[in-house]
Amino acid sequence: MSWFSTFLTSSIGKKLVMSLTGLFLIVFLLVHLTGNLQLLIDDGGRQFNLYAKFMTSNPFIKITSYGLYAFILLHAVQGILLWLKNRAAKGGGYAVNNTKATNTVAGFAKNMGWLGIIILVFLLIHLYQFWLQMKLGTLPMVNYDGVEVKNLYVPVMDAFSNIGFVIFYVLSMVVIAFHLWHGFQSSFQTLGLNHKKYTPFIQFLGKAYSILIPLGFALIPILFFLRNS
Amino acid sequence: MGFEGKVPQGDLATKWVNYRGSMPLVAPNNKRRLDVIVVGTGLAGAAAAATLGELGYNVKCFTFHDSPRRAHSIAAQGGINAAKNYQNDGDSVYRLFYDTVKGGDYRSREANVHRLAEVSVEIIDQAVAQGVPFAREYGGLLANRSFGGVQVSRTFYARGQTGQQLLIGAYQALSRQISRGSVKMYNRHEMLDLVKIDGKARGIIARNLLTGELERHAAHCVILATGGYGNVFYLSTNAMGSNVSAGWRVVKRGAYFANPCYTQIHPTCIPQSGEYQSKLTLMSESLRNDGRVWVPKTKEDAIAIREGKKTGLDIPEEARDYYLERRYPAFGNLVPRDVASRAAKIACDEGNGIVPTGKGVFLDFSSAVQRYGKSQAFSKGLKNPDAKTITELGTKVVEEKYGNLFEMYEKITGENPYVMPMKIYPAVHYTMGGLWVDYHLETNIPGLFCLGEANFSDHGANRLGASALMQGLADGYFVIPYTVGTFLSKEIRTPKFDPDGPEFMQAEADVSNRLQNLLDIQGNQSVESFHRRLGKIMWEYCGMARNEEGLIKARKMIRELREEFYKDVFIPGTQEEFNSELEKAARVADFLELGELFAVDALDRKESCGGHFREEYQTEEGEARRRDDEYAYVAAWEWTDTDQDPTLHKEELEFKDIELKTRSYK
Amino acid sequence: MSDMNLTLKVWRQKNNQSKGSLETYKILASEHMSFLEMLDVLNEQLIQEKKEPLAFEHDCREWICGACSMVINGQPHGPQRGTTTCQLHMRQFKDGDTIVVEPFRAKAFPVIKDLVVDRSAFDRIIQSGGFISVNTGQAVDGNSIPIDKDTASAAFDAATCIGCGACVAACPNASAMLFTSAKVSHLNQLPQGKLEAKQRVLNMVSQMDEEGFGLCSNVTACEAECPKEISVENIARMNREYIGASLTSDKFV
Repeated sequence: MSWFSTFLTSSIGKKLVMSLTGLFLIVFLLVHLTGNLQLLIDDGGRQFNLYAKFMTSNPFIKITSYGLYAFILLHAVQGILLWLKNRAAKGGGYAVNNTKATNTVAGFAKNMGWLGIIILVFLLIHLYQFWLQMKLGTLPMVNYDGVEVKNLYVPVMDAFSNIGFVIFYVLSMVVIAFHLWHGFQSSFQTLGLNHKKYTPFIQFLGKAYSILIPLGFALIPILFFLRNS
Repeated sequence: MGFEGKVPQGDLATKWVNYRGSMPLVAPNNKRRLDVIVVGTGLAGAAAAATLGELGYNVKCFTFHDSPRRAHSIAAQGGINAAKNYQNDGDSVYRLFYDTVKGGDYRSREANVHRLAEVSVEIIDQAVAQGVPFAREYGGLLANRSFGGVQVSRTFYARGQTGQQLLIGAYQALSRQISRGSVKMYNRHEMLDLVKIDGKARGIIARNLLTGELERHAAHCVILATGGYGNVFYLSTNAMGSNVSAGWRVVKRGAYFANPCYTQIHPTCIPQSGEYQSKLTLMSESLRNDGRVWVPKTKEDAIAIREGKKTGLDIPEEARDYYLERRYPAFGNLVPRDVASRAAKIACDEGNGIVPTGKGVFLDFSSAVQRYGKSQAFSKGLKNPDAKTITELGTKVVEEKYGNLFEMYEKITGENPYVMPMKIYPAVHYTMGGLWVDYHLETNIPGLFCLGEANFSDHGANRLGASALMQGLADGYFVIPYTVGTFLSKEIRTPKFDPDGPEFMQAEADVSNRLQNLLDIQGNQSVESFHRRLGKIMWEYCGMARNEEGLIKARKMIRELREEFYKDVFIPGTQEEFNSELEKAARVADFLELGELFAVDALDRKESCGGHFREEYQTEEGEARRRDDEYAYVAAWEWTDTDQDPTLHKEELEFKDIELKTRSYK
Repeated sequence: MSDMNLTLKVWRQKNNQSKGSLETYKILASEHMSFLEMLDVLNEQLIQEKKEPLAFEHDCREWICGACSMVINGQPHGPQRGTTTCQLHMRQFKDGDTIVVEPFRAKAFPVIKDLVVDRSAFDRIIQSGGFISVNTGQAVDGNSIPIDKDTASAAFDAATCIGCGACVAACPNASAMLFTSAKVSHLNQLPQGKLEAKQRVLNMVSQMDEEGFGLCSNVTACEAECPKEISVENIARMNREYIGASLTSDKFV
């Protein structure tokens, strides 16, 4: 093995991959949320649809998006593999379960695998419902100032008027919040970025982020649903 | 068998230098061909195994623990002495030598002690280079403290865990040699016999404690570093597994056991709380720098405290007897360990003990809290501070100095020592006696060496604080690597020994039979119960104060107990498995024999010195009376047979550089 | 006054090959006993009944040797923070309690018998690089290497590790990161240890991986259960040093 693959396949290297992809996804969530918040503009979806068009046609964003797909895949596959490996390394648990933690919530930290799998399921549904429609599906077209744009706003409207889906979506955001609550500060720890002065700030930021971002996402279907009913 | 100290000629100060300059050497190509067995991985054993491995010998190292790092050296708290004179307070090699001989009540071999003082300085350098995190001053240089009633600050320390840090240093050095293949490590292996060929030590029989399998290991020489035998008292500050078996097995093969009766009783341990108790916990000697020892003046108060009707706080100042300050105004609470222990015993024997068993005294920090509190208030510029503020400030200082110890005390006793005075009582801590060795640390069996607490050599009748770590590391790092060469230089033509030879097969069969005999008894009492009873006899009659009548009685009682043991002990399981009870049984069986030798030695020594106090030999003021004209010898005992008296060999001690004086702390 | 009736559910396992199970025992204890003394009483009871006593490791019984290896009610060394089993006293429990006692669980710590596990993997991690390469007699004068007080103190904090394995036992992934990082932190912070710092962290992590420990998910259960309260900051330091050493070391393996 070359030194580089030895590095990346060591226990710390594997966690480094999880940490870096995780941080990238954390940043992506913020970008994604800024996009979604445009749904709340009361213009019949014009701003949102133009934004969707921009995101799917700008070459720079296109390249970045391939990176994103790869990172999501890497984060998910590696995460599941490590989770299985860790369970095997433990070789069975205790009759009494009583895990304590000092810097995080033990329940979240211990169950990052399960939380991740729920998020993955959500993501697959989410991708099928919106992303795949945008890429391959037959969305109605809408014309803004002479530009033909796919009307992604329509399936979003449909989905968000379904109470079952709204609940599923909101619950998924709660799961993401749990995942982030541990994952945010954990990714800094894995990178070795721990300092008496800055770590408390990172931990605070992580907690704030893991509440505010999923809350922002969850508010949109809730507001839509309330507005439409 | 030879019996001479083999001390080199010449001036005391140059003996060791000359020895090293003139000893025969073993060439590197020959070292590779020579096998050395080291038993024990405490400070002495790990240091020896690592160093011999570095030199190029083939080393096999044994420990009964699951890892070399668990040896009981790890529990030493206070520190390690060295004549560095970093504090510029007048220390020197000679002073360390002098203090050690005097502290040992003039019962140690001058030349050995001087060598110890000489190499002490190298130990510190070695430990620092290994990464031992000693305490430091703000300028980055090594810090020292004064320890054990000496007048200079020569003790190096790593908080209250000096033993742990030094052992880890030695363990790491050993690990490095294991990874290079120069030391082969045998964890969970217990030495059960010594194999001699033509009178020389050539191997051991070890039991693999995981499988129960007996193994024969051959070598050109055998080094024992197996620790002390304080557990003959059952309750001691030693670890549960500390035992005399390796040492006792070689005694059975002809080695002499020296001065078994010299026992150090440490004055500041947590008192026993009940019959179930398995061990006693030491509270560092450093506590006596600030704590004041007292008992109530009247029996009525003492009884009320014992019955829980009063606490130490209810006894007013004038009703307290600060007996150390009263009896020893010059040293007060800082008298040496043996003196402090005996004084506590006297106070309790008079009926003034303050724990339910009657065996405990107070160690009180309230004066220190007030003193520190006032000085803190002053330095903070507080005018007329109230009592509460002073107590708070003072408590904080005490917490900084002793926080760890106070926390441990609270965990064990459930009492808050910042509020209630601590309760303490003396407990067996260290044994100065051990296998007899000459200047080379070689026993009277050629090729059998003994290091650290397991030998008798350096502390005489009493060990000073922070000297045990010094001796263990001196022996292991800086003495044995030279002296073993003197022996091995004559063995370079000796081929490797065959572990299937008749001597090995016979020794293995002996061990197997001995273990099977124990298992076959199938009586009704547990090993532990016999050990506990032995401990009670030892503590009652061979403890802090001994007399002829008691010792004769003790010897008889130990013999009876031993007979009962061989009739009624119950050991479950078989030889061929992991069997903790069988391990314990073999160790207790040896303690039952050592205990008798202990009493015999204490009977023989008709004087009081250091850790041996005979009630018949005391001054009118109740202090120890040494008898230099008749007893300035090392009592080296040869075991004959279980039913006969052991034979005494005397090594007369010569003091050419030191004048013998009576210790006085008045 | 201080007696307590307890129900113990203790893991009994004949040897490495056999399957174990929890056995139930009734015992009368005193609140002043240490947990290990309570187990001594249980063993005395079992021997009186001519049954095989419980195998458990213990030695110094004063919070330093690291021999005790049991999980009490789901927590290595029991419910009290910063404590080993030998220092845990029965006053931490109540009369009538049921206490479940299990061995440390990790694939890399196979059970030998009852509560005894094999922790030799830790020794091998130290052998892979947890030392400073200096032979006896090579050292310079102790005071020729000044070390500032805070650095010495931080190295000491890491060096207090007693190698008990509670970190591995507490970790849901059975990761040995706290143990390994404590040694890396101890040695790599000191000037004496800096020369070999890169190779040390590379070798030790590699050995740790080889032993079959799990990966660190920063659960911090190790820090919560460590009897010496060693900080997970050491893990961050090791991550940092490992990443740095991998990327900057001149050596390819």
